Amino acid sequence: MANQAMTVTSASASFYQAKSRFPGILSWVLSTDHKRIGILYLVSLLSFFLVGMSLGFLMRLELIAPGRQIVGPQTYNALFTLHGVIMIFLFVIPGLSASFGNFFLPLLIGARDVAFPRLNLLSWWIFVTGAFLAVLAMFTGSGPPDTGWTFYAPYSIRTGTNVVLATFAVFVLGFSSILTGLNFITTVHRLRAPGMTWFRMPLFVWGLYATAWTQVLATPIIGINLLLIIAERLFGIGVFDPAKGGDPILYQHLFWIYSHPAVYIMILPAMGVISEILPVFARRTIFGYKFIAYSSVAIASVGALVWGHHMFVSGQSYAAGTIFSLLTMLVAIPSAVKVFNWVATLYKGSIVLEAPLLFAMSFIFLFTIGGLSGMMLGVLSFDVHVHDTYFVLGHFHYVIFGGMGMAFFAALHYWFPKMFGRMYNKKLANVAWLVIFIGFNTLYMPFLVLGWEGMPRRYYDYLPQYHTPHLISTIGSWILITGIFIMLGNLARSLAKGERAPANPWGGTTLEWTVPSPPPVENFKEIPHIDRGPYDYTGAASK
Amino acid sequence: MSATNGLAVGHQRDYAGAKLGMWVFLFTELMLFGGMFILYAVYRTTHADDFHYAAGELDTLVGTMNTLILLTSSLTMALSIAAMRTARKTVSIVFLVLTIALGIWFMVNKYFEWGAKFEHGLYPNSELLLQRAKGEILFFGLYFTMTGLHGLHVFIGVVVLSVVAIKMANRPYDHIAFAGEGRDDLRGARLALLDDSGRRLWASEPMDDSVKEVSVRVKYLPVPRRIRREDFAVLENAGLYWHLVDIIWIFLFPLFYLIT
Repeated sequence: MANQAMTVTSASASFYQAKSRFPGILSWVLSTDHKRIGILYLVSLLSFFLVGMSLGFLMRLELIAPGRQIVGPQTYNALFTLHGVIMIFLFVIPGLSASFGNFFLPLLIGARDVAFPRLNLLSWWIFVTGAFLAVLAMFTGSGPPDTGWTFYAPYSIRTGTNVVLATFAVFVLGFSSILTGLNFITTVHRLRAPGMTWFRMPLFVWGLYATAWTQVLATPIIGINLLLIIAERLFGIGVFDPAKGGDPILYQHLFWIYSHPAVYIMILPAMGVISEILPVFARRTIFGYKFIAYSSVAIASVGALVWGHHMFVSGQSYAAGTIFSLLTMLVAIPSAVKVFNWVATLYKGSIVLEAPLLFAMSFIFLFTIGGLSGMMLGVLSFDVHVHDTYFVLGHFHYVIFGGMGMAFFAALHYWFPKMFGRMYNKKLANVAWLVIFIGFNTLYMPFLVLGWEGMPRRYYDYLPQYHTPHLISTIGSWILITGIFIMLGNLARSLAKGERAPANPWGGTTLEWTVPSPPPVENFKEIPHIDRGPYDYTGAASK
Repeated sequence: MSATNGLAVGHQRDYAGAKLGMWVFLFTELMLFGGMFILYAVYRTTHADDFHYAAGELDTLVGTMNTLILLTSSLTMALSIAAMRTARKTVSIVFLVLTIALGIWFMVNKYFEWGAKFEHGLYPNSELLLQRAKGEILFFGLYFTMTGLHGLHVFIGVVVLSVVAIKMANRPYDHIAFAGEGRDDLRGARLALLDDSGRRLWASEPMDDSVKEVSVRVKYLPVPRRIRREDFAVLENAGLYWHLVDIIWIFLFPLFYLIT
């Protein structure tokens, strides 16, 4: 920052070897280098992903057969609440933008760091504090929260469980999310390399930029909403308490005003990652660059106006339901624009089938299933029948895990050599992908069927007629987890034993591939001058 | 970042960037209060009469006084920035301290105002309040939450402004650090201080291999009125925050005190 001397380093040293004022682990947790912060986030997020995955595994185990298996109803309520809170707030929402965004945003736009490096470190610390509070809420007070991740009033006001601490944790996490968004907006506006015009920015940057605005504008709404729940519990102010004239539906409105755009916070960077990967492995420029860029902005803006489709059966007016249903249909347009452009990018490309592309293509496939089932849910008359059933659960997991999750794995395999300077076992990565893909569909496809047949969500028990799909689904969860362990094991092994990765192992054309792997602490020895678009495979630029 | 003879100045404060970041932060604050204003709008519509009666119990005199105090504090804040713009550090600090004092005055008034309400048994979940109409319960629920949240912002603003004032007051020296890009560049080089026309004021001996790193410390004589660019960015951003707090109050005042 201001007046701080730049460390003297030789050109070839990577940011791992950079001298720090602090010893050992402190050189990481007190570093303002965006690359170190990105890796801090990556490690934190993956840890919470594994925790959330274990909770999901336990839920599936309970549901393997009708009746009580391993946990009772109250524990099951806590399980799905914590699974939701941890997966949503500690993995999916920070997800791609905090980890890969932090690491690659400055590299992709030709900058040395983000606009506010110290604020960036603060964001991570706030994130860790929020995560600590969330974990604390599990083990202190009068039991872990059992409200579901949505904290709906009036139950969240009445329940005796540890809601105050859990909601406060989410509030703190939201603050971290806002600061990251603020940092990224300023970075994109101020620190693009000379010649890097808006339409020469890589599409991941567009995704991050649209996401950042959503983070900044939507997160405060859930912030105030959760503060009101806390005030309601501590002081009884009455704004959401029907006994005092309050209206719990308003809680739902404020909740979804944030939490629906939050879905786009999750998916927009993921779409950006896919737009990065496809041109590289198809060896041709992206099809419809401007349309993909604009569609990110369109999704972010239209997506801010569709929250009411979560509340079709909550007692909002018929007119409101119709309008929200119509607006929901509109979001499908920019989403479809992206999908068609991705497919068109692959058409007649010289395709190189590597793990990142496999994950990226499964993103397109699974996200399309998730998106189309979302269209069905957006239809007022259909939603009334499947509301709060496993159909919604299936839709959500196809969009978020099939979308954001697959993109996260794709990004992990695409940028791993750049981040760690090592290459993983490519064959094993492909095997892991196949196991994950099979496990994923075995786990979540039955959800859509179950929901269609009327199985409600969040039930710890079910009628015998639902047994078979539940059994298949539980077996699917074992396959999926096996695949995830193969994948993570392969990557972890490669950290130490993988062969050294060259600067540009995939033949990418964006700026991060022009610097050594792993990058030096100042990223670029000299700030590059940009004179072409990001995915230029027209010979002149290809190596 | 400017580079001369292989030496770069690590001086990358981006004034426009800092201000952009602050504006983005202010948007989040607007959305935070926006959520509460939505609640207010809905309940005011559904319980218009109750709101009318309940508002009559607020002390309009104290409310008006606090409005004047905050508006004046915005003026002193703007004057402080204006003084800084023309490099009058002392004047700037005086206006800043005045702003802080007005902020504290506002909070003291608020304390007595809330205290009186509590004394009359009018606070969230109080027995007296629960006997009233539902709209009045909501009115006071919103009143305490919104003015409380606003009061918290005033408090944070006062703390921020105090930190800025102390930072500005305690800055007799100015340090600029330089460092070389690569150690190879240093071998045989001389470190020199030049004036604008390139005339050498001072030069070191040529450096040999034993020199690994050079750090230069420039020390000014303490010039009390000296103002740095960073001071200005920080002060202006703190001022933007203060104006936001003021603007929110301008909406809170009529919505709670003047609707009766």
